[in-house]
Amino acid sequence: MPREVRDVVFVDGVRTPFGKAGGMYANTRADDLVIRCIRELLRRNPQLPPERVEEVAIAATTQIGDQGLTIGRTAALLSGLPKTVPGFAIDRMCAGAMTAVTTVASGIAVGAYDVAIAGGVEHMGRHPMGEGVDPNPRIVAEKLVDPSALVMGSTAENLHDRVPHITKERTDAFALASQQKTAKAYANGKFQDDLVPVAIRDPETGWGLATVDEAPRDTSMEKLATLKTPFRPHGKVTAGNAAGLNDGATASLLVAEDVARELGLPVAMRLVSYGFVGVEPEVMGIGPIPSTEKALRIASLTIDDIGLFELNEAFAVQVLAFLDHFGIADDDPRVNQWGGAIAIGHPLASSGVRLMTQLARQFAEHPEVRYGLTAMCIGIGMGGTVIWENPHWEGGDR
Amino acid sequence: MSLAAPNEVVTRALLRQVNVPGLDRPAALITLDNGFDHTKPNTFGPGGLTSLDEAISAALAADPAFIAVTGKPYIFCVGADITSLPLLADRAQALEIGRLGHRVFARLKDSPVPTFAFVNGAAMGGGLELALHCHYRTLSGGAAALALPEVSLGLIPGWGGTQLLPNLIGIPAATQVIIQNPLMQNKMLKPKQAAELGIADVLLEPADFLERSLEWAAGVVRGEVTVTRPEVDRDMWAGVLYFARQTLDQRLHGAVPAAYRALDLLETAKDADFATGTAAEDEALADLVFSEELRSGLYAFDLVQRRAKRPAGAPDKGLARPVTKVGIVGAGLMASQLALLFARRLQVPVVLTDLDQARVDSGVGYVHTQIEKAVSRGRMDKGTAAKLYGLVSGSVDKSAFADADFVIEAVFEDLDVKKQVWAELEKIVKPEAVLATNTSSLSITAMAADLTHPERVVGFHFFNPVAVLPLLEIVSGERTDDATLATAFAVGKQLKKSSVLVKDAPAFVVNRLLTRFLGTVFAAVDAGTPLDVANRALDPLGLPMRPLALLQLVGPAVAYHVGGTLHAAYPDRYGVSENLKRIADSGQPIVVDDEINAEVAKLLVVGDQPLTEEQVRRNALDALAEEIRLMLDEGVVAEAQDIDLCMILGAGWPFHLGGVTPYLDRTGTSERVTGQRFLRRGVASLAG
Repeated sequence: MPREVRDVVFVDGVRTPFGKAGGMYANTRADDLVIRCIRELLRRNPQLPPERVEEVAIAATTQIGDQGLTIGRTAALLSGLPKTVPGFAIDRMCAGAMTAVTTVASGIAVGAYDVAIAGGVEHMGRHPMGEGVDPNPRIVAEKLVDPSALVMGSTAENLHDRVPHITKERTDAFALASQQKTAKAYANGKFQDDLVPVAIRDPETGWGLATVDEAPRDTSMEKLATLKTPFRPHGKVTAGNAAGLNDGATASLLVAEDVARELGLPVAMRLVSYGFVGVEPEVMGIGPIPSTEKALRIASLTIDDIGLFELNEAFAVQVLAFLDHFGIADDDPRVNQWGGAIAIGHPLASSGVRLMTQLARQFAEHPEVRYGLTAMCIGIGMGGTVIWENPHWEGGDR
Repeated sequence: MSLAAPNEVVTRALLRQVNVPGLDRPAALITLDNGFDHTKPNTFGPGGLTSLDEAISAALAADPAFIAVTGKPYIFCVGADITSLPLLADRAQALEIGRLGHRVFARLKDSPVPTFAFVNGAAMGGGLELALHCHYRTLSGGAAALALPEVSLGLIPGWGGTQLLPNLIGIPAATQVIIQNPLMQNKMLKPKQAAELGIADVLLEPADFLERSLEWAAGVVRGEVTVTRPEVDRDMWAGVLYFARQTLDQRLHGAVPAAYRALDLLETAKDADFATGTAAEDEALADLVFSEELRSGLYAFDLVQRRAKRPAGAPDKGLARPVTKVGIVGAGLMASQLALLFARRLQVPVVLTDLDQARVDSGVGYVHTQIEKAVSRGRMDKGTAAKLYGLVSGSVDKSAFADADFVIEAVFEDLDVKKQVWAELEKIVKPEAVLATNTSSLSITAMAADLTHPERVVGFHFFNPVAVLPLLEIVSGERTDDATLATAFAVGKQLKKSSVLVKDAPAFVVNRLLTRFLGTVFAAVDAGTPLDVANRALDPLGLPMRPLALLQLVGPAVAYHVGGTLHAAYPDRYGVSENLKRIADSGQPIVVDDEINAEVAKLLVVGDQPLTEEQVRRNALDALAEEIRLMLDEGVVAEAQDIDLCMILGAGWPFHLGGVTPYLDRTGTSERVTGQRFLRRGVASLAG
């Protein structure tokens, strides 16, 4: 059967405000967070008949309890989508939502379906990292992977060993800039339109409403310098130059471009290419470098073609290693214009779609930019990169 | 004055400042939460009202964009803490509790900033009245029920409901909600109905109810959402109430003071200012709190809510044996109804048997037709229907019962016939299979007498129509063992019936009492009392139907048959009325369109000693008191409470009588006839 690959577009993305583990979502279920996102997506896009949604892929790293039970399917049902809409759960740790997007995009590209919802959720308060894991004893016995590979903070310290020119002061400075950029973006109303308010209940104080991220903080180089290095005595990685432990969810709408136009859905980004690559698990932070090279190669682009970057800030060192590799300055205005996970938070499997939603907004503000990318490092040693084209590109200066 | 109620489970009003997108200052969100899950709903006592009062003060002090009140998950608030009402010391305290509620709720009505109720879950009585005081209301499609059920207990909605509701949704709908629904098995509104009536301004889906409510409220505050409510028609006010009063008179003959007080208050609501109207509510509430009818109503409510769920004298649940298959002997109408009920509730195979294939087919056919009807009316989904079709089968061969755990018979009401059925079955069924009989009057002990395993025979007496009436009399024969009884109670619970343990005595409870009661009425007719006089004699009790209508429902032939059984057992107290036999033989209806059938009247052969209505009533009540005392002395049931529960659930006798014994106590009948009360003062009556 002759087959054409179809263009896939990112129509819209939303997220809950991100909470701190044990914070505002302490009494809120994980599945309810992602259900809120799916409902809001449908509500914001009334041109889309709900029965036209043909797949719901929801990522979670710890797929048990309220993040289990094939969460893509159950979340679809609980969101009020027709029972005919299927769904599945997906996991690639921090790149869960990113993988949900690339997976359904691939399904759309080959014509398996036209419209899909992809998102992710991680409630790290209810499901701490490593909950219920049972690593194969061969990992240790056969020395397949350094045991430190399973502790993300330790992999960041390991990465520091490999890139000794990146100092702690430089990571702290990057972290401070992230906080400052996020504060400024909030003040300028950059996030608010894509935040889904969530009703939150506390047995002692009653119902409330989560409308803003809980993690961003006012800090300084002096304060950052005083923080402990929990992963290694006299190490470099602190709670200040890494993303925290967070609760949150995201969802996005991926559609075949011709169908989006038929339904009158807005086209925010066009998928160009993506790549996932494995690296040594004990230095998982370098993953985005080879994955970006792969995605660029597939797209026949170079790093110079990329006008906007949304890089997940799992650890400052890992972003800086990426920037150094590609010869980009720490304060390059193309990179993480509105700050990143160090300020906003990183509820593992949900973050990929946050990067995309922000890149989509930035594309609309920057018609002079043709290409952008979203990239993140991934536990057990991987990187993931998705390259997007700006439909608002006016063919101006790149 | 202190109203502190020592045992109050205080529903706290938790105040939180909430930033709502689109508003330049926070809104005040008040959550009602008593600290328990939804199985113990929010209620208001003095402590709860005080907490709400404080929350409103704190909310106003912060100059919020708006104030909203919502509930804990699944529950908004189900109203006043009625359990504390009997603890009020005097009328002055009752007045005070009414005024306190009015004063606190009025703050939401009079608030200078917009107020909203986000009705997220069940809202009843005072809970709904709180919502009515708010300027606007959102309602969750997931709320279990909305109602103003006060009149069913013997109260009135006394925290503004009678004044606010008719002026919001109009007098016809308000009369329905405040008076008609409570008197109709306490009917409640589903959210969609409530929204259609205009009780809520907007109906929202439960999945994100609070988020949407806050957004909607912000829209109202910003002027982006306009709330339009239909204008209330004031011209029809008097007419509607006149009609409602007539209907009440016809049904209750003045027996439910609360209903009449509610009517008066609805009348007041047309023109009176709010302060006058609420003051009238306070007076009505105080009067009713110190009325015998309310005390009986609260007692009856407690019986139905609690005693019905924990039957007195039932053996340890752990003794119950699993029931994985049910056999039904007979395939007539009763048997078919039972088959449907068992299949639907137990979800296990149910086999009907009868003497020939045609009867079996007809029985199974009846069940199939009922399933089809339920599906076509949208009351059953196709999956359940498919399952039930598969579960219900028929056979002319009783060996189909070989692996049944529970076999119930619904064959002709004759001891020898039933004994024969059991004797035949005992050769087929497992030794521990429960043999249940739906007999309405025969002796369980006698039925089991010749069996190898008499300990597994139990009475399982339903009330017609079996799908509707909630009572199940579970009758223990002399040799019935605990495992059998426990299994019967477990099955009763699965059938969603309220079971009462009854000793093996002729006609058990409900039929014995109704027959005695009707017997006195018919004795009066035999003596020469005109049918219409006898028929009207019990009107002041406000029973669900008059004696002759009841007789017609039961069927004169059945009544004559049961009467015969009881006459054989107790010839002194149960007479045989030849006139009843004449009516039964004639096959004529006694009552046609609420009028006595003159053709039937002509059949009667009567004496020349007519009684007055009062004399008939006195005879009937005296007979009831005497019979109940005898039943309690014989140990037919554990306590008078069980008699009342049976009369409420099996005969539909009303809450305002407390079933029956509170009424017999309150009228002095029990003491006059038996020398003692059935219940201590204060249990179902005023203490003093």
